Amino acid sequence: MNKPWFLWIPLAVVAFIGGLAIYGLAVPKDDQVHSAMIGKKLPAFSLPAATAGVPALSSADMADGKPRLLNIFASWCLPCKAEAPHLETLKAAGVEIDAIAVRDKPEDVAAFLAEFGNPFRRIGSDTEMAVQLKLGSSGVPETYVIGGDGTILFQHIGDIRAEHVPMLIEKVNAAK
Amino acid sequence: MIAEAGLAALWLAAAMALLQLVGGLTLLRGGAGQLAPLVKPAAYMQGALCAFAFFALMWLFYVTDLSVLLVASNSHIDKPMIFKLAGTWGNHEGSMLLWVAVMSVSGAAIALLEKRIEAKTLYATLAVQGFIALGFFAFLLFASNPFERLVPAPLEGAGLNPLLQDVGLAFHPPTLYMGYVGLSIAFSFAVGALLTNQVGPAFARAMRPWVLAAWIFLTIGIAAGSYWAYYELGWGGWWFWDPVENASLMPWLAATALLHSVSVLATRNALRAWTIMLALVAFAMSMAGTFLVRSGILTSVHAFAVDPERGAFILALMLMYTSIAFVIFALRIGTVKQGEPFQLVSREGGIVANNIFLSVILAIVLIGTLYPLAAEAMGDKISVGPPYFNKATVPVMLLLMLALLIGPMLRWRRDALMRIKYWLIGGAAILLCGGLVAWRLAPGTGLFPLLGIALSLALAVAAWLPLRGRKLLRTPLPIFGMVIAHFGIAVSVFGMAAESGFSKETLTALAPGESAEISGWKVRLSDVKPVVGDNWVAVEGEMLANKNGNSFVMRPQSRHFFKPEMQTSEAALLTRWNGQLYAVIAQPDQEGDGRWQVRLWWKPFVTFIWFGGGLIALGGAISLFGRMFRRARKPAINKWEPA
Repeated sequence: MNKPWFLWIPLAVVAFIGGLAIYGLAVPKDDQVHSAMIGKKLPAFSLPAATAGVPALSSADMADGKPRLLNIFASWCLPCKAEAPHLETLKAAGVEIDAIAVRDKPEDVAAFLAEFGNPFRRIGSDTEMAVQLKLGSSGVPETYVIGGDGTILFQHIGDIRAEHVPMLIEKVNAAK
Repeated sequence: MIAEAGLAALWLAAAMALLQLVGGLTLLRGGAGQLAPLVKPAAYMQGALCAFAFFALMWLFYVTDLSVLLVASNSHIDKPMIFKLAGTWGNHEGSMLLWVAVMSVSGAAIALLEKRIEAKTLYATLAVQGFIALGFFAFLLFASNPFERLVPAPLEGAGLNPLLQDVGLAFHPPTLYMGYVGLSIAFSFAVGALLTNQVGPAFARAMRPWVLAAWIFLTIGIAAGSYWAYYELGWGGWWFWDPVENASLMPWLAATALLHSVSVLATRNALRAWTIMLALVAFAMSMAGTFLVRSGILTSVHAFAVDPERGAFILALMLMYTSIAFVIFALRIGTVKQGEPFQLVSREGGIVANNIFLSVILAIVLIGTLYPLAAEAMGDKISVGPPYFNKATVPVMLLLMLALLIGPMLRWRRDALMRIKYWLIGGAAILLCGGLVAWRLAPGTGLFPLLGIALSLALAVAAWLPLRGRKLLRTPLPIFGMVIAHFGIAVSVFGMAAESGFSKETLTALAPGESAEISGWKVRLSDVKPVVGDNWVAVEGEMLANKNGNSFVMRPQSRHFFKPEMQTSEAALLTRWNGQLYAVIAQPDQEGDGRWQVRLWWKPFVTFIWFGGGLIALGGAISLFGRMFRRARKPAINKWEPA
C-alpha cells in the first residue's frame, strides 16, 4: 500500500529533538558568560591608586608594548585570597601583573597586600565597578591577558589555580 | 529486611511486566495464546508487588531507617513527620518508585475493570503497558535503586532541600507524576488500538477516563506548582516560562487537546488518526518533561533534581518509546478508516479549532524551550524568556478563548451561526463593554490584559450557556463538569490579565517605625526580630498594613536553614477579595543604617488564577465522577457528552 510520506514527520521531529538532547547531554555545560570585549582594545579609563605606595592605573599605562596580566580582585573576596600565591608564582616567572581593586577601601587593600604579598605593578581603585563593567567582567576574581598594544586577548573567570599558571605564562609569552 | 523485601518485590514485578509483554505479544502475533490466561494475573501481581515496594519505602522513611542510603540522604531525625513521609517521594528514586507503583496499579485496574474494548485490544494494551513498565523497572533497578543500603549508617541524616520543605510542594511532584502516568496509559491504549485496528468509539470511551484523570492531576499539579513558586520564591511572579514549568505545561496542553478530540471520537466517531497522534504526543511530552527536570540539560530554577546520567537513561527510554510508537503510527495509521464527516461550523469544527490552537501553543512552547539548546549547538548562547513566550502565546490563547465562546453552543455535524446570532451579538457586546470599562479605569493598560479581561468576562457568561433549556436535575454530570471547567478558565484568565496589567510594585528600605505606600495601602514596619524554627532561624519583620481604617499584621521572613545550608524568603500574603498584598523582607540595607530592604506588591485579583485552576480541576473531577457513576448504572450509550 502506498503510504504518504508525511506520516513519518512525527518520527523525524522525535529524531531531531532526540539529537538535540543527546548533544545537550554530551557537550559539557559551560554556564560562564565570557566578555564581549575579547579581541578589542581596552576601554579608556584612568583609576586612582587603590592604596598608598602602589601607583595608580590607566588604560594608557597598559599600552606600553609589553603584554601582561590584568587581575581584577577585591580585599573582601575569598577566592582572591586563595589565588594570591599563584599570582606570586606568575610574578616570579617574570609575568607583569596590573590590578584593579573593586569596591574597596585603601586601608583594606593595604591590609590585604600586607597579608598576602603584592605581586602587582600598579593597582587602580574601581569603587563604582565602572571599569569592571566596561571590561565585561561580571565578578571577582577575573584575570585578563592584555597585549602590548592594549588589546584584550584572553579572559580567565574565577580564581587562578596551580594548573592555570603555566597556561597564563604561555598566553603572555605568546603575545610578545 | 524491609528494604530487601521491597527490592525483591520490584524484581518480581519486573518479571511480571515481562510476562505481560510476552503473553500479549504472542497473542497478537497470531500465536496459540497459551500465555494469554497469564496476562491479567501478571498485571494484578505487578500492581500488588509495586504497591508493596512503595509502602515498604514509606515505612523506612516513617521509622527513619538511616542504614538506607535514600533515607539518610533525604531525611533527618528532627524533621516533622509529614515531611518525613513526603520524603518518600521528595527525591529522585522515591518519585520514580511512586511513578512505577501508580503505573502498575493502574495496569491492574485496567485488567480488572476494562470490559468495553475487545479482548485482543485489551491484551495489546496490557502488553504495551508491560513494555513501558519494563523500561522503568530497568531504570529503577539499575540506575536508581531506592533500597540501597549505606554502611556505616549515619547518626542523623542530611535533610531535605529547605525550599522543598513545604506542605504544598510535598504533593506537587507526585500530582504531576499521576498525570504523566495517566498519559502513559492513554499511550498504551492508543498503541494497542493501532496494533489491533480498533480505533473507534469503544476505544475512545475506554481511554477517556484515563485521559481525564491525568488531565485533572496535571491541572492541579501545575496550579499548585505555580502557587508555590509565587509565595515561596519571593519574586512575586506566578509563571516564569522556566524550562521545567514548560515541561509540565506541554503535557497539559497535549492532554487538553486529547481530552476534547477523544470526546469527538467517542461520540461522533471522527478525528480518529488525530486522536491517536495526540495520545502519542501527550505521553512523549510527559517523558520529555521528566527528562528536562532530571537531566539539567537546560538551566532552570528546578536544578535541585539534576543528574545527567539518569537523564541519559530517561532520554533513551523516551526515544525508544516514542520512536517505536511513531513507527507503528506511520505504518498502521493508513489502515484506520476515515471517520464520520462534519462541516466547518459545527461542534466538531469548534473542537478542531480548540485542538489547532492548543497545538500551536504547544509548538511555540516546545520551540522556545528547546531553542537555547539548538542555539548552543550552533555556538551561540541565549536564553528564551517571557518576552518571547508572552508575545507568541498570548494572542493564540486569546483566539482559543474566542473559539471557546462559540464552540460549545454549536450543534454536532452541521450548524449555522445565524441560529445563535443573538448569543453572538450579546457576547460581542459584553466583550466591547468589558474592554471599554477596563480601558476607562486604567487608560495606560496594554492590549493583552485588556483583551484578556474582556474575553474572560464574556466567557464567564458564555460558559453557562450550554445549560440553557436543559432540565438541570436531568442534565448529565459531565455537562456540568464542562461548564464549570470553562467557567474556571474565565476566572483564571481574568486573574492573569488583572495581575499582569494592573500590579503595582515598590522596593524600598525601611527602618522600624517607617512606612511605605502602595495602591492605597500604608505599610508600616513596626519591628524586626529573630525567630527560630525546627531547623531554621529567621529574621522576621512585623508590618502593619492599613487601608480605609482597617489594619492587618503581616510577618514576612528571611529564613536561614542549616541542614542543608540555605537562604529562603517567606513572603507574607494578605488576601483581600480583590487581590493580595505581597510583602518580602530581605537583607539589611548595605549602608548599615538599621534599614531593611522591603519589597511590596499589590496584585489585583491574583488569587483568581489558582481559584480558576481549582475550578477547572473540579469540573474535570465532576465529569469523571459522573462518567464512572453512569457506567456503574448502565452500559455506555452512543450519545454525546463532553469529556
